[in-house]
Amino acid sequence: MYAYKEYDQELLNERVEQYRDQTQRFFKGELSEDEFLILRLQNGLYVQRHAPLLRVAVPYGMLNTEQVRKLAHIARTYDKGYAHISTRQNVQFNWPSMENVPNILAELASVQMHAVQTSGNCIRNTTTDQFAGATANEITDPRPYCEIIRQWSTLHPEFAYLPRKFKIAVTAATDEDRAAIRFNDVGLRIIKNDAGEIGFEVFVGGGLGRTPLAGSLIKPFLAPKDLLSYLEATLRVYNRYGRRDNKYKARIKILVKALTPEVFGKKVDEEWQHLRDGALDLPDAEVKQMQSYFPEPAYETLENNPTSFIEAKKENGAFSIWLRQNTNEHKKAGYQIVTLSLSPTGVAPGDVTDNQLDIIADLADKYSFGEVRNTHNQNIVLADVKQEDLFELWNTLQTHGFATANIHTINDIICCPGGDFCALANAKSLPIADQIQKRFDDYDFVYDIGEISLNISGCMNACSHHHVGNIGILGVDKKGKEFYQVSLGGDAGFGANVGKIIGPSFNEGDVADVVETIIRFYIDSRIEGETFLMTYQRIGMAPFKEKVYAKNN
Amino acid sequence: MPKIIKKREIIEDQWISINNPEQDLVSTDASANIIVELAFWLENKSSLIARTGKVGVLLQGSDEPELFHQELNNIDLIAINFPKFGDGRGYSIARLLFERYGYQKEIRAVGDVLRDQLRFMERCGFNAYALRSDKNIEEALASFSAISVDYQSDVLEKKPIYNRRP
Repeated sequence: MYAYKEYDQELLNERVEQYRDQTQRFFKGELSEDEFLILRLQNGLYVQRHAPLLRVAVPYGMLNTEQVRKLAHIARTYDKGYAHISTRQNVQFNWPSMENVPNILAELASVQMHAVQTSGNCIRNTTTDQFAGATANEITDPRPYCEIIRQWSTLHPEFAYLPRKFKIAVTAATDEDRAAIRFNDVGLRIIKNDAGEIGFEVFVGGGLGRTPLAGSLIKPFLAPKDLLSYLEATLRVYNRYGRRDNKYKARIKILVKALTPEVFGKKVDEEWQHLRDGALDLPDAEVKQMQSYFPEPAYETLENNPTSFIEAKKENGAFSIWLRQNTNEHKKAGYQIVTLSLSPTGVAPGDVTDNQLDIIADLADKYSFGEVRNTHNQNIVLADVKQEDLFELWNTLQTHGFATANIHTINDIICCPGGDFCALANAKSLPIADQIQKRFDDYDFVYDIGEISLNISGCMNACSHHHVGNIGILGVDKKGKEFYQVSLGGDAGFGANVGKIIGPSFNEGDVADVVETIIRFYIDSRIEGETFLMTYQRIGMAPFKEKVYAKNN
Repeated sequence: MPKIIKKREIIEDQWISINNPEQDLVSTDASANIIVELAFWLENKSSLIARTGKVGVLLQGSDEPELFHQELNNIDLIAINFPKFGDGRGYSIARLLFERYGYQKEIRAVGDVLRDQLRFMERCGFNAYALRSDKNIEEALASFSAISVDYQSDVLEKKPIYNRRP
């Protein structure tokens, strides 16, 4: 992965000192609450229900083990012994004190990490496919482009005070969009044209929150050399014309919708004519240079399916189920991509303790070239594990609670911290996740249900992307009481669909019943080979609705 | 006279802002340098240009340089208003004026101008800053040099960092 150059480190060190000075000026009263608010947000610091929340950037989800151990150390020293993997591949600490934040930032800077632009109305962390570089199903490794975007967007002088936050996601995958690019402000899909040249499809104006919309294609093929000039043109149009009078209408999606994607695209093109072929040109040599900073790990030449691996699979049913659920095919023979589940029943999805982080680092050093990736589904990936090591690794993962074979099942819930922690939430979300996981505790049944996504958000801000869960659950507050709205048919992938609300919301105590009714009805209705989403798309909302509300009456 | 920062130095402001032109222009010496709203300047261009003193124009975030850039030769200073420091439209406007339309005279940030934004402003083409009056202007100067590494190209540095490498 990318290792900092001298100038990257220098910038980061200076940024830490700048923030330390800003914090001191705030405590001395030279900066007002409001003035400091914007500055601290740009450094990832929110003030939450109980304590500040510090969001640490993990560019495109990649971590080395030194960084993972540093996160463990921070969790232990400055927090209550755990960290939280966010839906933007970042890491959050829920209990730091405001006075300690400059020290935490200095600790992070010592391992090339930071909290720059993880919050506030600026360009946020660029996300990508957690299998980047390891999967066989991609056009090219997207991470060098992500790093180019990271550098371009870091402390960009023109775009630090946008109308609202701005998120960019990149995928080069051909099988599945694991980065949900259509639900980002800008989504970039790397493709190959008929001439075999690499370029980007540019989608703009996707997002969730109060107005869930899938991004629209405004550029069917953008050459890599034009990547930054086109992004700069897009951001400039947004910075100038995005609404600033109402924060709920300030995202770029509202501007794109108001102008129509065609007109918005035209405005970007006009601006781009001035910027292209200029200072922002991204020469091929630079792309190649950046690619050289992401060398392949030192893979061994191996055969697929070594004997010991086949034997273990035959002899151990639980191992073979875990292989099917929690591992993916690798581009190199004899290797496998492994996903560690961070959502076993009884633990808040995405939460990980300091000791677990240390163990993850040890495992990555032992089995996966010392690299770790966060996923937007709040799990952790070891991307380059030898098949012959898988049985041993699985045994260790079981000991430490990472081997719950629930990836892509109904129990692999995406869930925000919700009303238990978050000041914005209208309702709790974690107890709902717990309720559902306890309901679906029979794993034969869970595997029979098959591939499905279930997302729970504690408010309209939709941090858990409930709109794009095959089943989405949203906590709402009505006269001081918490209710839950259920939607069906969401799809974060290439299909890019926003789910539809099934009907009136439900009491907290009924959510697991409702989900079970929906699931049982799907099982009764499905045709051989259909996933939940496929059945829903075939038969539509009406029969589900009838079933759910009939039962409640 | 109030003080401003110009080219990283503290100087006395040589300009007067005209908020109510009908009243204020009568009472202002014809040799004084004045700043008026863009709309007023466009309507009263010839009489304003005829004054002995210089005339600058105040822009808001919604003003579009595309619509009046032909007039830039006649404008002696451009002030860009930041209604709140979190409103970043002024950065794009300054870049357009400086980079696209080649405006070489004073581009001044006015309004909610605070020290933590000065360096970004400078990188976007501003060269003068009327710091908000309750803030310490001497201490603000330190903010220009808080960060010395810039990844991007900007009005001062024509190359992004990757093209600058030896």
